[in-house]
Amino acid sequence: MLLLQEFLQTCFFTFLMKKSYQSLEDNSTINMKQVIYRNLTSKILHLGFILLLTFSTSLTAQDGDPANGKSLFNTNCAACHKLDKPMTGPALRNVEARLAEDEGLDRAWLSAWIRNSAAMIKAGDAYAVKIYNEYNQTAMTAFPTLTDQDISDILAYTAAPAPPPPVDPCIANPGGPGCDQPKTEGGISNDLILGALAVLFGLLAMALILVKRTLNRFAEAKGIEAEVKGKPLWKAFVENQFLVLVTAIFFLLASGYFVYGYFMQIGVDQGYEPVQPIHYSHRIHAGDNGIDCKYCHSSARVSKHSGIPSLNVCMNCHKSISEVAPATLAEGKEYGVDYNAEIQKLYEAVGWDGQNYTGDSKPVKWIRIHNLPDFAYFNHSQHVSVAGIECQTCHGPVEEMEIMYQYSPLTMGWCINCHRETNVKVKDNGYYTKIHEELSKKYGVDQLTAAQMGGLECGKCHY
Amino acid sequence: MSSNKKYWKSVEELNENSSIVETLQQNEFVEAIPTDEFLGDKESLESSSTSRRDFLKYVGFSTAAASLAACEGPVIKSIPYVVQPTEIIPGVANYYATTIANGYDFASVLVKTREGRPIKIENNTDAATNGMANARVNASVLGLYDNLRVKSPMKGEEAISWDAFMSGTTSKLNGLSDDKQIVFLTATMPSPSTHKLIAEFSEKYGNVKHVVYDAVSESATLDAYQAKYGKRGMANYDFSKAMTIVSVGADFLGGWQGGGFESGYAKKRVPDHGKMSRHIQFESNMSLSGANADKRLPLKPSEQRLALAKLYSYVTGNSVGGANLPEALDAAVKAAAKELSKAGSNAVVVTGIQDVNAQTVALELNEYLNSKAFDSKTTINTRQGSDKAVMQLVADMKAGNVGALIVNGVNPMYTLPNASDFAEGLAKVDLSVAFSMKQDETAVNCNYIAAAPHNLESWGDYELKSGHYSMMQPTIRPLFDTKQFQEVLLAWNGNSTSYRDYLKSVWTADILNGASFNKAVQDGVFVSANPEAEILIDSSSDSDEETVETPSGNAARALAASAKGGAMELALYTKTGMGDGQQANNPWLQEFPDPITRTTWDNYLTVSRADADEMELVNENVANGGLNGSYANVTVNGVTVENVPVIIQPGQAKGSVGLAFGYGRTSDALKKEMKTGVNAYPLYKNFNTVQDVTIKKASGMHEFACVQLHNTLMGRGDIIKETSLEIFNTKDKHVWNKVPEVSLNHIETPVTSPDVDLWDEFDRSVGHHFNLSIDLNACTGCGACVIACHAENNVPVVGKSEMRRSRDMHWLRIDRYYSSQDSFEGDNEKKENISGLGSSLSEFGEMESPADNPQVAFQPVMCQHCNHAPCETVCPVAATAHGRQGQNHMAYNRCVGTRYCANNCPYKVRRFNWFLYNKNDEFDYYMNDDLGRMVLNPDVTVRSRGVMEKCSMCIQKTQKTILDAKREGRPVKDGEFQTACSAACGNGAMVFGDVNDKDSKIAELREDNRAYHLLEHVGVKPNVVYQTKVRNTAKA
Repeated sequence: MLLLQEFLQTCFFTFLMKKSYQSLEDNSTINMKQVIYRNLTSKILHLGFILLLTFSTSLTAQDGDPANGKSLFNTNCAACHKLDKPMTGPALRNVEARLAEDEGLDRAWLSAWIRNSAAMIKAGDAYAVKIYNEYNQTAMTAFPTLTDQDISDILAYTAAPAPPPPVDPCIANPGGPGCDQPKTEGGISNDLILGALAVLFGLLAMALILVKRTLNRFAEAKGIEAEVKGKPLWKAFVENQFLVLVTAIFFLLASGYFVYGYFMQIGVDQGYEPVQPIHYSHRIHAGDNGIDCKYCHSSARVSKHSGIPSLNVCMNCHKSISEVAPATLAEGKEYGVDYNAEIQKLYEAVGWDGQNYTGDSKPVKWIRIHNLPDFAYFNHSQHVSVAGIECQTCHGPVEEMEIMYQYSPLTMGWCINCHRETNVKVKDNGYYTKIHEELSKKYGVDQLTAAQMGGLECGKCHY
Repeated sequence: MSSNKKYWKSVEELNENSSIVETLQQNEFVEAIPTDEFLGDKESLESSSTSRRDFLKYVGFSTAAASLAACEGPVIKSIPYVVQPTEIIPGVANYYATTIANGYDFASVLVKTREGRPIKIENNTDAATNGMANARVNASVLGLYDNLRVKSPMKGEEAISWDAFMSGTTSKLNGLSDDKQIVFLTATMPSPSTHKLIAEFSEKYGNVKHVVYDAVSESATLDAYQAKYGKRGMANYDFSKAMTIVSVGADFLGGWQGGGFESGYAKKRVPDHGKMSRHIQFESNMSLSGANADKRLPLKPSEQRLALAKLYSYVTGNSVGGANLPEALDAAVKAAAKELSKAGSNAVVVTGIQDVNAQTVALELNEYLNSKAFDSKTTINTRQGSDKAVMQLVADMKAGNVGALIVNGVNPMYTLPNASDFAEGLAKVDLSVAFSMKQDETAVNCNYIAAAPHNLESWGDYELKSGHYSMMQPTIRPLFDTKQFQEVLLAWNGNSTSYRDYLKSVWTADILNGASFNKAVQDGVFVSANPEAEILIDSSSDSDEETVETPSGNAARALAASAKGGAMELALYTKTGMGDGQQANNPWLQEFPDPITRTTWDNYLTVSRADADEMELVNENVANGGLNGSYANVTVNGVTVENVPVIIQPGQAKGSVGLAFGYGRTSDALKKEMKTGVNAYPLYKNFNTVQDVTIKKASGMHEFACVQLHNTLMGRGDIIKETSLEIFNTKDKHVWNKVPEVSLNHIETPVTSPDVDLWDEFDRSVGHHFNLSIDLNACTGCGACVIACHAENNVPVVGKSEMRRSRDMHWLRIDRYYSSQDSFEGDNEKKENISGLGSSLSEFGEMESPADNPQVAFQPVMCQHCNHAPCETVCPVAATAHGRQGQNHMAYNRCVGTRYCANNCPYKVRRFNWFLYNKNDEFDYYMNDDLGRMVLNPDVTVRSRGVMEKCSMCIQKTQKTILDAKREGRPVKDGEFQTACSAACGNGAMVFGDVNDKDSKIAELREDNRAYHLLEHVGVKPNVVYQTKVRNTAKA
């Protein structure tokens, strides 16, 4: 009986946990919404600032449209320049003023530089050569198509003062939309309710027992003979051999079932979610930014391996993205991770000092999640390129995974099942033309499954 | 009812009063178990701090910890590149065209690399310069991952840096006195850029000599050619243009004149429109060429000289004098001469006799015949050594005239017959540098070892034939701190360019003639527009003083006069597996069964049956199936090699014995297991492969690891079907290639009929259906396929003692059969004519022993992938099952190792993993260290102990071909499907493909008149087809 009690308790707790987990999920969705709002508010704030500045500076500087400047800046300049930090090229905040003050160079010089810097270097302009050498003799792309207006727009944008450090809108404005309840409190409140309920039930049970005892005592005192019970229930149970037998069989079967289940999951790493040396969020990359899986895992198209992208692939983007947006950073706090620090880890591994490769690189030792045994051959390109299967079919909702985990069991039964159910994509593939025609005639079907194509044969995967 | 019998346990019970019986009745053990010794010692028990409870705690804890630890999966790390090279995609193989040129073997090859590791060598089919990659070239990839390679330059025993090496050697070179020579002793290196480098070196240092040394010399050939044509080289032979081939002692399918002639030869061996070439072989040892000949005559080496001279005389009509040949031989020579004359320009004569006169006679004969197969203009450059120059060098060294000796790619301390003289001379040299991959016999005796890279890590260029260039490019970064010879030469010359750039400049200036260098690197070969005009390498420059005699017309007379031999003559030869012995540390080659003797891990004295009987030398099979042989002491001119194991070789000429080079190395550059056999080089006096010899039986028996116990077919013509060209041309297929019949209701029914089939027929008409055709006519038994299979399929090496127990793991074996009569036809007749019990007992017994000069047949056998496979029906766990594409699958992870399948296989092609052959110190070959395992093919499972394995028909390759086609959305083209063996076969003997592709070559071959199945009467319907062997014996 004790055992049973324990079992029930565990069930109850699991239920509780599940409950709280759900609530957690609920909260996070709420938070997602918050994020959007928050972004919006900050955007509005920024826009306000910019608008304000536009009007205030338009009197002194040549008239440029910072809004248009921003878009021009993002299309033309952002690959190599940032406003506040040197990248491939120097930081450009207040570049015009800075040049005028420090070097005595005017707008004409800047325009000439932007339109054709190489010519200026060649001509031996002192400051041009200096800048050129300072930035590793990387020639700046010439923009001869930019009009004077464009340039003044861009300069207007760069002349805008730096925005104040990002402020959590909830701190700034505690009553703002979506700021009402921090996430953690929500979880506790749910737990509290359940806890209170449990206490209530407990008290009730206690009360009942007490009442019963009191009533018994009264009865005893009044000399009323309580009806003499027969045997206690457990005794009757023990004496009934049939019941004992049935129960024993039931328990045997049940334990057999659980033992079998336990053994069958040995070596199946479904849900394996190791801590990786760099906290890489598929959610941000594949989800929020919508980067195609095969942009990074490009060998999945042609090779048996999907390939872990080498760090130079990361640097395609991260050369210019050294920090995440404040909103994203705040999101990271929810997972207890500082995304900017993680990007720094990448820089350290690849040997990037913000402007140059130092040549001092350390490969990242990722922890492998999906690992088929050596005797099973699996080829990504067969599934990705030929069959056109979505990566998510096997790898699950990667675009929602903050930390990558193994979604599928990767057992043979799982493979086989899919082969039985999935139709081969034969359309427009010259290889299948003949075999499809013959096989579909043989089986009398229109669509052939992988199994009918021979996809269940041992030697297709084991050699 | 129970019996009252009393069983006696021992004679002691007869003695009624025996105390022992008494005691034993009381006690189980004769002596009391000494528990007291342990438990009686109260003191130690009490002083022990471990209580019973503690003990149980520890046991409990450790059990729990162990089981917990077992539940935890291992953490596997995946480490991507920091910057991924654009040409590498993990999981996709890259192929590079390069050259293997190690001084003995030269071949243009393709190297398959995975993730930057070379894992297999394949034929470069674009390079038709000379032959295909043979077994040794195929195996050379393993040499790259040899754990015993020199890992950095060394000074004596001590590892030094390259800077130290360069400063040390350069100061020494500069400090040499002017009267002392600097000598380069190199293997044959027909490399234009290297020769230029050496020339530049001579300019700088003066008094420089370059001696080219071949361990197994072709000096006589080169001298004869030089005398006749004024240029040092070897005439080129294209056997695909010869209809009549007479070879006198030339194993041109083996190592003769650098090898590489087999593909041309095989082309004309397949009957085409009723015609095929005819091959007559005069030889003493049973060689590959002799085994493939239509007519083979065993002759002592001295008789061969006479035979060649007589052949000359019969063909040209000039009298040559000399002794007379025995009548039968003379008739044979006459017949050969007649055939040569008749064939005229379609005939060719080759000889392997190491004698200038003999080689001259061959050249003259071919000129006389105006042979189309003979090309005196395009010379082969793969042997350039000069015996005289080497001998002169040894003399110079001993005289103290040599200031510096720079050795590259040769190992004279092992290969020179007078190695002790060389050692003596070496001690007198001021500076000795050995460029070597190993701390071999020579390198350890030099001052400096310059750690050399493997061919697959180096740049290089080779003019294999005049005008035919082959490019060597690195396929992997150097694994160790190595520098190649040319790099160091450049540094010594004070040239700071890299060798690659130097090579490029030489090619651009002298060779390419405007063609693209990158294209040449990509192709691996470059043939100049006018090959004959270019002579870049003038290797005769260093041997100017040599006066080569010009025997010209008198050569044959001189040859005839020189034909004298002792009572017993020794013919030294090279084995297909080992060559000159530089790859002796290669376990693939050690375990490679010799095509003729089928013996692994050994060399041995081949003796004819008659001589063996005379000298009481025996071969016997012992109870475990192993072959044992007597030992003999072999003495040549006072030098004795002791305890040479003896193999009785059918076809060995009486009065001659054979012994192979390349074994008996004792250097620490080899693993212990590889130090097998005896060293034949000390007997190689004056670089002559033929020596007068005395043989004496020694005591003891040698244990061979021979993989074939049964050498004759016993007249079972359905294993190897044979016919003569005449019958093949004139008779109906049913006469010479009859489908076996079985009795069904007392009616003889062909076994292919569905009525006699036990199994239901499967429908194989849809999709691919793979078949492999093996042409017994084109197969020369060279064994390149065996090594290719080794490399492709991660076949383990099991070692000599396991081989002896018939536990070899080769997925593909090449069976060799001898006829018991003069021909296999004779065997069949004899078997048919056996009647009665007495006759059958004696005559079957006789048929077990091969004839003195038997016919030989080779038959590659691998899993036949039966459509009605007997192995599949007996597997209790369904680990082996049939695929729709015709392949018999083997799921290793499912196999429990009952070995029923192997028992039920009629072809005995299944191999059982008796042990764990990888990561096991007991099998320390190549799968036991991280370096050696780099050669493993990542697409094929490495099998574990206790599972069965066998040929998969390279399913990993067929699957890849299919996938490539699917990805590109096109049908598979004919010729795209290949197995490792069919791709390695340069002879075209193995053709693989999809028979459901009706236009494919394999579909045609399957329906060919010559096609038959091995053991067809068993009715298992194999997917491997053999093509009946046709011998051109009609005219004999």
